[in-house]
Amino acid sequence: MLDVITLFLFNIVIYSIPLLYATCGEIMVEKSGSLNLGVEGTMAIGAVFGFLAGCKADSLLVGVLVSFVVSAVVGSIFSLFTITLQANQNVTGLTITTIGVAVYFFVGNALGANWPYLRDCVRLNKSFSQIELPGLSRIPVIGKAFFSHNILVYAAVVIAILIWVYFEKTSTGLKLRAIGENPGAADSLGIDIVRYKYLHIMFGSGIMGIGGLYMGLNMGGTFEGSNCWINGYGWIAIALVIFANWSTTHAIIGTFVFGFFNTLRVYNMPLATAFPNSLGWLSKIPAQFFSALPFIVTLLVLIISSIRSKKTGGSNSPTAIGVNYYREDR
Amino acid sequence: MAEADYAIELRDISKSFGSVAANKNINLNLKKGEILALLGENGSGKTTLMNMLSGIYTPDSGSIFIDGEEVVISSPDDAGKHGIGMVHQHFKLVERFTAADNIWIGKKDSGFFLKKNRYKEIEDIASRFGFDIEPAKKVANMSVSEKQTLEIVKVLCYGAKVIILDEPTAVLTIQETQKLFDVCRRMKESGHSIIIITHKLNEVMEISDRVAVLRKGEYVGTVETSATNEMELTELMVGRKVDLKINRSVMEKTKPLLEVRDLCVNSDEGSLAVDNMSFYIRGGEILGVAGIAGSGQKELCEAVVGLRKAKSGKIIHKGQNVIGKNPKEISALGIAMSFIPEDRLGMGLAPSLSVADNIILKDYSDTKGPLVDRKRARKEASDIVKMLDIVTPSVDTPVRRLSGGNVQKVLLGREIKSDPNVLITAYPVRGLDINSSYMIYDILNEQKQKGVGVLFIGEDLDVMIALCDKIMVMCHGKLQGVVHASKTSKEELGLMMTGAISLADVGGKKAGIAKDSAFTEEEWEEAADLGDIREGDS
Repeated sequence: MLDVITLFLFNIVIYSIPLLYATCGEIMVEKSGSLNLGVEGTMAIGAVFGFLAGCKADSLLVGVLVSFVVSAVVGSIFSLFTITLQANQNVTGLTITTIGVAVYFFVGNALGANWPYLRDCVRLNKSFSQIELPGLSRIPVIGKAFFSHNILVYAAVVIAILIWVYFEKTSTGLKLRAIGENPGAADSLGIDIVRYKYLHIMFGSGIMGIGGLYMGLNMGGTFEGSNCWINGYGWIAIALVIFANWSTTHAIIGTFVFGFFNTLRVYNMPLATAFPNSLGWLSKIPAQFFSALPFIVTLLVLIISSIRSKKTGGSNSPTAIGVNYYREDR
Repeated sequence: MAEADYAIELRDISKSFGSVAANKNINLNLKKGEILALLGENGSGKTTLMNMLSGIYTPDSGSIFIDGEEVVISSPDDAGKHGIGMVHQHFKLVERFTAADNIWIGKKDSGFFLKKNRYKEIEDIASRFGFDIEPAKKVANMSVSEKQTLEIVKVLCYGAKVIILDEPTAVLTIQETQKLFDVCRRMKESGHSIIIITHKLNEVMEISDRVAVLRKGEYVGTVETSATNEMELTELMVGRKVDLKINRSVMEKTKPLLEVRDLCVNSDEGSLAVDNMSFYIRGGEILGVAGIAGSGQKELCEAVVGLRKAKSGKIIHKGQNVIGKNPKEISALGIAMSFIPEDRLGMGLAPSLSVADNIILKDYSDTKGPLVDRKRARKEASDIVKMLDIVTPSVDTPVRRLSGGNVQKVLLGREIKSDPNVLITAYPVRGLDINSSYMIYDILNEQKQKGVGVLFIGEDLDVMIALCDKIMVMCHGKLQGVVHASKTSKEELGLMMTGAISLADVGGKKAGIAKDSAFTEEEWEEAADLGDIREGDS
C-alpha cells in the first residue's frame, strides 16, 4: 500500500518536471516584457532535435545542449519578429507553435523507420537513469518518491531556484525586470533593451526546449504519427506562469499540482485497488475524464488566479507585457 | 562670449515625423549655469527638440555642440555620457520598484549581485545633492511631487550637468511648485544648467534667466527674462496679440439643476474617495472644484454620470431622481462629462478611431437602420473642427495622431454638441497652451450664457478665481466649503485644499445645500439612496 503512495508521488514529480522547465522558461521570457505563446512549438522543436542528436551521439549532455540551442534559435526568431520587426507578439507566438509542432511531425515522418530507438542508446539511457541522493533517498515513503530521480529532475529544480536568485538578487535581474515593467524607463537609463530582450527570450526558450526533450525521453522516445510528445503541455505552462504569479519558485509548487492531476490519469486504478474503501470510486470515473483533467484544472487555475489578483490588488504580471517597445513611438 | 561658455548649442536642427515637420532649423543655446525657459504652444516642437537632446529621437539634420564640441547623440546612453539628463513629463519610473532600485538600474558599476546596502548608498548620494528621499519606498506609493523629486535625483546621480525638465509643474500644487523652484535655484548655484519647459507664463517670469520661444516648430528667438513681460512672451509664442483676460459674465441664475447630497464613493482600491459630499449647480453658473490632484475629483465625476457606483448618497437632476440610471440614460437627461485624465487620451475617446467616429461615439445608435450614418458624422465633425479651430489633416484622421490640445477640443466639442444642460468638465486645459486654454474658457463661458450649469474641475487657482462663479474645495474626498470666487483668494483656497481650514459647516449652516432645492426636505428623506439600489441589484 505504501508502495502505491510512493509510486504515485514519484510519478507526480516525473509529470511535473517538463512543466517546470517550460514554466521557468516562459517566466524568463515574460519578465522581459514579451508574451511568447510559442511554448508548445518551441518545446516540440527542442524535443525532436535534442532527442535525435542525443541518440546519434549516445549522450544525454549532447541531447540537452542541442535541444537548448535549437530552442534558443526558435526564441531568436520570435525576438527577430517581435523586437526588431515589431510584429504582433501573439500572432508570432501562435505561428511558432503551429510551425514547431509541424516540424516535429515532418521530421518524424521523414525519418520513418530510421527513427532511433532509445533502448539502443546505452550511455544515454544510463545518464537518464535514477540517481539516489545519499541519505535523503532512505527516508521512508518520500525518500524514493522525491530523492531518487534522473539528473534532469534535479536540474529543473536547481534552475528554478537559480532563476529566482537571478531575478531577485542580481543587478542584471533587476534591470531585466525594469524592462518588463517600463521599457521607456529602462531605455532612458541607457540599458540596452534589445540585447537584454533577445538574450533572455533565447535563454528562456532554450529552457523550454530541455523540457521538451525530457518529455520525449520520458515517453520512451518513440515517434507517434498522431500525437506530439508535448501534447498541450506548452499551453498549460503559459497558464502556470499566471498561477505561479511570475515566480519560478512558486512554479515548483504550481507544476506539482498539475503533476498530481496528470498522475491521477495513470494511477487512478492502482489507487482504487490499494485503497478500495476510500478511493474505490476512482475506478468508476471514465478514463477520458482524467485525460481532460489537466486542462479543466488549467481553466480553474486561471479563474482562481484572477480572483486572487483582484483581491490582493493586482498580480505580479510585468506591466509592459505583450507591448512592443519602440523608442520613437509618439 | 566664447563658444565654450555655452553648455549646449543647437544649430539648424530639423526633425520630421512622416510628412509633419516637428522642428525646422532650430538654433538654440544654453549658457552654463543658467535656467532657460523653453516656451511654445502645444505642438510647437518643444518636447521633440528636447527628446533629441536626451537621445530619444535623432535629428534628421543639424548639429549639437556640448561645451563647444560637436557631438552625436543617438541613444539615451549617449545623452547620459554627455551629461544631459531629462525629467520627462510622463515619469520614466518603474512603479513596482523602490526609489533606490529605480536609480540602481541605471548604475554602471552596480556589480552582478545586488548589494544589501544599496538603499543606504542611494540615500547618501541623494543627500549629497541636498535631497531627502525614502530609498525603500515603492514608487507606486509616492505622490506626484515625490516621483518628480526622484526623477531629478536620478539624473543628478548619473552626473547630469544639463537638466531638462519637461512641463514639471503641470501636475504640482503651488506649494510643490515653489519647492521645485527652490531645487532648481539650488542646482543652478551648484553649476548645473537647466532647461525648463512650461506653459505657465508667471512661472517663466519667476524662475528663468532667459526665455527661448518656439512657434509651429520654428525658432522665434530668445529674450532675457528681466527685459520682457507676459504680454510680450505671449505675442512671441502665438504670433499675435492675445487678450489675457477672462470675462465672468453675470447670468440670471435658475433653480438648482443638479443636486447632490451626502455622496460617498469608493476608489478603485476600495478606500473612501468621496466622503459625504453635498453640492448643487444652478443653470448659468460655473461651479469650480478645487483640490489637490487625487482628492476624489475623478470618483466624484464618475459617480455623477453613472460610470461608478456610489456607496451611498442622493443625486437629483431637475427634480428628478437619477439614482439607478445607467450612463446612457443619465447622458440622455443632458448631463455631459468631459474628463481629461493625466495621460489625456485615457478616457472618453478611442485613440485609433477617426475624429468623425469619435464625435458620433455617443449617439451613433440614434440613426435608423443597422448602418452607421458616416455622412452625418463627417458633417458634424467638420462643424466642430471649424467651430473649435481644431488642427487636423482631416476628420478621418485617428485621434491619437492629433496633438494634445486638439484631442481635448474634440472631446469637449462632442460633449457640447449633445446640447447638455449640465456640463462636467475635468482638467479641460490640462497641458494646453495659452491660446487653446483661453479658447476653452470662452467655450465654457458660452455654455454658461446658454444657461448650462458647468462643473469645472481645475488646477490653476488664478484661472478658477477669474472664471468660476463659485468654487467648492475638496480635501481627501471631503467638502471643505463653497466660496464665491469674487470673495476668495488663492491663499484661502490653498489652505482649504490642504485641509488647514474648513468652511463646510459655518454657524450650523451646512455648505452645499440649496435653499430653494427642487425637493422638500421630506422628499429628500424619501428619495431612494444609491446605497439601497446597489444592494438591491447586486
